[in-house]
Amino acid sequence: MFEIVENFLLGLGLWPWLATLVVTLLQIMLVMVPLLLSVAYLTYAERKVIGFMQIRIGPNRVGFFGKPLWGLGQPIADAVKLMFKEIIIPGGADKFLFLIAPVLSMAPALAAWAVVPFGSEMVLADIDASLLYVLAITSIGVYGVIIAGWASNSKYAFLGAMRSAAQIVSYEIAMGFALVGVLMAAGSINIGDIVRGQGGAYGLLNWYFIPLFPLFIIYFISGVAETNRAPFDVAEGESEIVAGFHVEYSGMTFAVFFLAEYANMILISMLAALMFLGGWLSPLPASWIPELALFDLALGDGIHWLLAKTALFLFFFLWFRATFPRYRYDQIMRLGWKVFIPITIVWLLVVGLFIMGGLAPWFDAA
Amino acid sequence: MNLFSILKSLTLKELRGGLAVTGRYLFRKKFTVQYPEERAPMSPRFRGLHAQRRYPNGEERCIACKLCEVVCPAMAITIESAQREDGTRRTTRYDIDLTKCIFCGFCEEACPVDAIVETRIYEYHGECRDDLLMTKEKLLAVGDKYEAQIAADRTADAPYR
Repeated sequence: MFEIVENFLLGLGLWPWLATLVVTLLQIMLVMVPLLLSVAYLTYAERKVIGFMQIRIGPNRVGFFGKPLWGLGQPIADAVKLMFKEIIIPGGADKFLFLIAPVLSMAPALAAWAVVPFGSEMVLADIDASLLYVLAITSIGVYGVIIAGWASNSKYAFLGAMRSAAQIVSYEIAMGFALVGVLMAAGSINIGDIVRGQGGAYGLLNWYFIPLFPLFIIYFISGVAETNRAPFDVAEGESEIVAGFHVEYSGMTFAVFFLAEYANMILISMLAALMFLGGWLSPLPASWIPELALFDLALGDGIHWLLAKTALFLFFFLWFRATFPRYRYDQIMRLGWKVFIPITIVWLLVVGLFIMGGLAPWFDAA
Repeated sequence: MNLFSILKSLTLKELRGGLAVTGRYLFRKKFTVQYPEERAPMSPRFRGLHAQRRYPNGEERCIACKLCEVVCPAMAITIESAQREDGTRRTTRYDIDLTKCIFCGFCEEACPVDAIVETRIYEYHGECRDDLLMTKEKLLAVGDKYEAQIAADRTADAPYR
């Protein structure tokens, strides 16, 4: 599809490098625009879901064309409001670092999407070490938080940044070990290959969440901690340190931190779906799907399954926030270091035994 | 920690219990009252904006006994009185400062002739402090406007007073 566009541009007499650039930008837009829209509507979904769980109805006034439409205009109104608010730079703050911090937290959250496959051929950059790339890029996100806390020249922001740094670094280890289990099972660190490794005759029974169940749970909980979401939101901790690292931020700089947080949530959810729930693979075994084009489109493998699985995980993010009180700081550290890391290491041995034993239906092929 | 409690925490039993509770509440009937369109039910004893009442013949009820001024815990009421040409004692000034008033309803209870009352009106605003100083004229105007509602509320509450 993109070759057609590129050939068309070349036919117009464009320089080859410019045509490539235009096509690449087009592809990036195709990922970024839906992503940022999802981020906007994730904030809406969050307010609605948490509202419903608290027996309220959530935002339902701001709509389009003078109609309330269940409040669907709310995220747009919020974004416009934040754009027009003043950005206040606190006295004594390091101006350059203060302004670069939101960018540093946003950029990795978006850059990681380059290697996320949306279908067997739908990926911006199909690189071999894509899982490593994702791990590396998401780790950079913590710099945004730390620099924001440091540059704000505020003790609350500084405390929030310190907490956040310690927490993210700790949970990165458990998360990394959980992913080691995945790449052992798949024998590859290309995310596309990991998904393809979960295909098979049994539909959803072939997915890795069954043999890697403890790793799956630990990956997702670590993901919640990585994104500083409740119940691991000590970095914000509004009841103790006001708003943590972004207490001094206002207007669009504040909004960018939020965009980054929600983009990271979507990323973590999609990675969980890709690595443990078979990504774009259909949960139904191929033999069950009737031989009709329509059924094949709706029930067969496709991006809609990936999006549905991602939405499921996102709902869990919101559900957790509506349910659990914030962990105490030492409890977070205990959970990360003394529970998750030992469990993942033990389960890596178990996975190794599974692979050696060729446990069907996951490991018998290799 | 014994084996049982370790197993209990590894299976996330408590956490799943908590999730189940919020999961159930997700489908509960919502309590929200959509305010401008829907209103919460209101008692006849509701203590909102003040009003001064009149007798059916149009004579104002207040006899300037100043019991409300005395009982007012916020000292929001200021009364000055004088003798009218027909020899009755009437107020020449009856001010309630709504910025001081705490809407306790003591003035209403103290009044021997049911002259000062609190109505169901709660949606009002002032754009300056003067707007929130209820003079005698304003109080009587409120009373005249809402007399039917005020009288109905007094009747409904009469058996309990």
